[in-house]
Amino acid sequence: MYRYDEFDRRFLDERVAQFRGQVARRLAGQLSEDEFRPLRLMNGLYLQLHAYMLRVSIPYGTLSSNQLRGLAHVARRYDKDYGHFTTRQNIQYNWIKLEETPDILADLAKVEMHGIQTSGNSFRNITTDPFAGVTAEEIEDPRPWCEIIRQWSILHPEFSFLPRKFKIAVSAATEHDRAAVKMHDLGLYIRRNAEGEVGFQVLIGGGLGRTPYLGLVLREFLPKPDLLAYLEAALRVYNQYGRRDNIFKARVKILVHSLGIEKMREEVEAEFAAMAKDKLELPEAVVAAIRAQFSPPPYADAAADDAILQRLTAAEPAFARWVKYNTHAHRRPGHAIVCISLKPPGKPPGDCNAAQMELIADLAEELSHAEIRVTHEQNLVLPHVRKAVLYDLWRRLAAAGLASANIGLASDIIACPGLDYCGLATARSIPIAQVLGERLAAREETIGKLAIKISGCINACGHHHVGHIGILGLDKNGEEFYQLTIGGSDDEHAAIGSITGPAVAAKDVPEAVDKLIDTYIGLRQKGERFPETYRRVGMSPFKEALYAAR
Amino acid sequence: MAESVQKLVTGNRLRDGVPVYFAGGGKWSPVVNGALLVDPAAAEDLLVEAQKGEKPLPAVGVELIEAVREGSRVVPVTLREKIRAFGPTVSFGVVLHG
Repeated sequence: MYRYDEFDRRFLDERVAQFRGQVARRLAGQLSEDEFRPLRLMNGLYLQLHAYMLRVSIPYGTLSSNQLRGLAHVARRYDKDYGHFTTRQNIQYNWIKLEETPDILADLAKVEMHGIQTSGNSFRNITTDPFAGVTAEEIEDPRPWCEIIRQWSILHPEFSFLPRKFKIAVSAATEHDRAAVKMHDLGLYIRRNAEGEVGFQVLIGGGLGRTPYLGLVLREFLPKPDLLAYLEAALRVYNQYGRRDNIFKARVKILVHSLGIEKMREEVEAEFAAMAKDKLELPEAVVAAIRAQFSPPPYADAAADDAILQRLTAAEPAFARWVKYNTHAHRRPGHAIVCISLKPPGKPPGDCNAAQMELIADLAEELSHAEIRVTHEQNLVLPHVRKAVLYDLWRRLAAAGLASANIGLASDIIACPGLDYCGLATARSIPIAQVLGERLAAREETIGKLAIKISGCINACGHHHVGHIGILGLDKNGEEFYQLTIGGSDDEHAAIGSITGPAVAAKDVPEAVDKLIDTYIGLRQKGERFPETYRRVGMSPFKEALYAAR
Repeated sequence: MAESVQKLVTGNRLRDGVPVYFAGGGKWSPVVNGALLVDPAAAEDLLVEAQKGEKPLPAVGVELIEAVREGSRVVPVTLREKIRAFGPTVSFGVVLHG
């Protein structure tokens, strides 16, 4: 993992001291709310329905055990004993007091964490594949590149006031996209060209929200040394031409789709050709030094672990189910990538209390080389677990309510905080997720892989556009209604879902989702997931099932 | 039985973000029942009164909302304001996943 150096630590300490002064001036009346608001947002501090909300950045979703304990400490000492892991691999706290925020940021700085650029019109957290560095599917570990981009983009003087926020995702897996790369303002796939060189395919203009788009290919192959110069060129074009007159048209996706990708490419390439690249060219020695911080841990020889695991799964069906859904192939023999579900059916998706965070931190230290990942599906990952200890891990997770065997299944629902917390929301998300999770859990193995995603407003923090079944909460004359979309996908087959028809009342959502699932089960061919069946048969049978009898 | 719709002034307390309700006389209450309700015609005057006094104001994001009296209770009209007044409709914290 990347560790802060003296410069990083000093910078963060100075930033905390600066914010402490700003808060003191605000509380003394020397700063108005209009003056203070951008200052607090630059540190990730929002004002929501019940309190301030602090969003803490988790760079590329990677945490150490010590950092997770730090997050647990914040939850217990300053919040109501829990935090909410978000769809951008961050964590947010819903019950924060402004007067305590400087102390919180000071405590976070002790574990090399902060809330900088988790809000505002700047670069946001760089996200990646939660299996980065441990999956055999990838060309190389993308996290060193994420770290390089993080260092370049944090407080970049030219890009601190972009037209709108800017999100970057990186993935190096060739078969699977677990980072929703095409839904980002800028996406990078690490790829090999025809000559066998490793570089980047660059996508631009993806995003959800009010106007959903998939990213388009800006550059088919970018050599590694040119990464920062090319990103800088792309951002300069966006910074110059992106609309600042209308917040709803300010994201780069609007610029890309109004200019056209060819014109956008022409502009970026012209800027790239004209700029002095020597200052931004990445020397191999610099890349190697950062890559060294992501060296694999000292794995044990675990060749015999497969046989042990086989024996244990045969003896315990509940454990076997958990292994089936919550563990994934690791690049090292005898090891597994373990997903810890934060989606017990009937509970708020992505929430985790302080005791659970501490338990996971301890388990990671003992069994996963002290490392944890956060997924954009709002779950956690232990990336380096020996198969021989999976049974022990499962039992200890189960004792804390953390062994739901549902990764990728119907109850593994993504949901934003919605109207229960969020000042922007138009309807609740969590209660819908709770009802659906409980209702579908009993038959989710029959249903198979299914991604249900719920947003409480058009801003789409719950990624509803790319759910196999997407649910968008709306306010209709004071009543909660939910618009359904189907056929979306956020993986390597990325697609924006299509609206089924008129929105349904909150009480009717469970039955409507049942009808969509039943239609899928009735029509699917062997091995087909929901979006594949939808693409084959189209909207009509689903629409018929939903609306015919109404 | 609910009476006719009235107005009150609400905001979030500056120091901790807790929803607060203008009670008149420069005072703010952390419970909606402590709010001063007025007829819609007097609402703008109430909003002005709530924003008088020394800076900083104890509340930020100050605005008028609709509410009704239901017996001895003051109940905001919209779901958003009900949730602000009475809390999330879902469980959270130590009860999670246990």
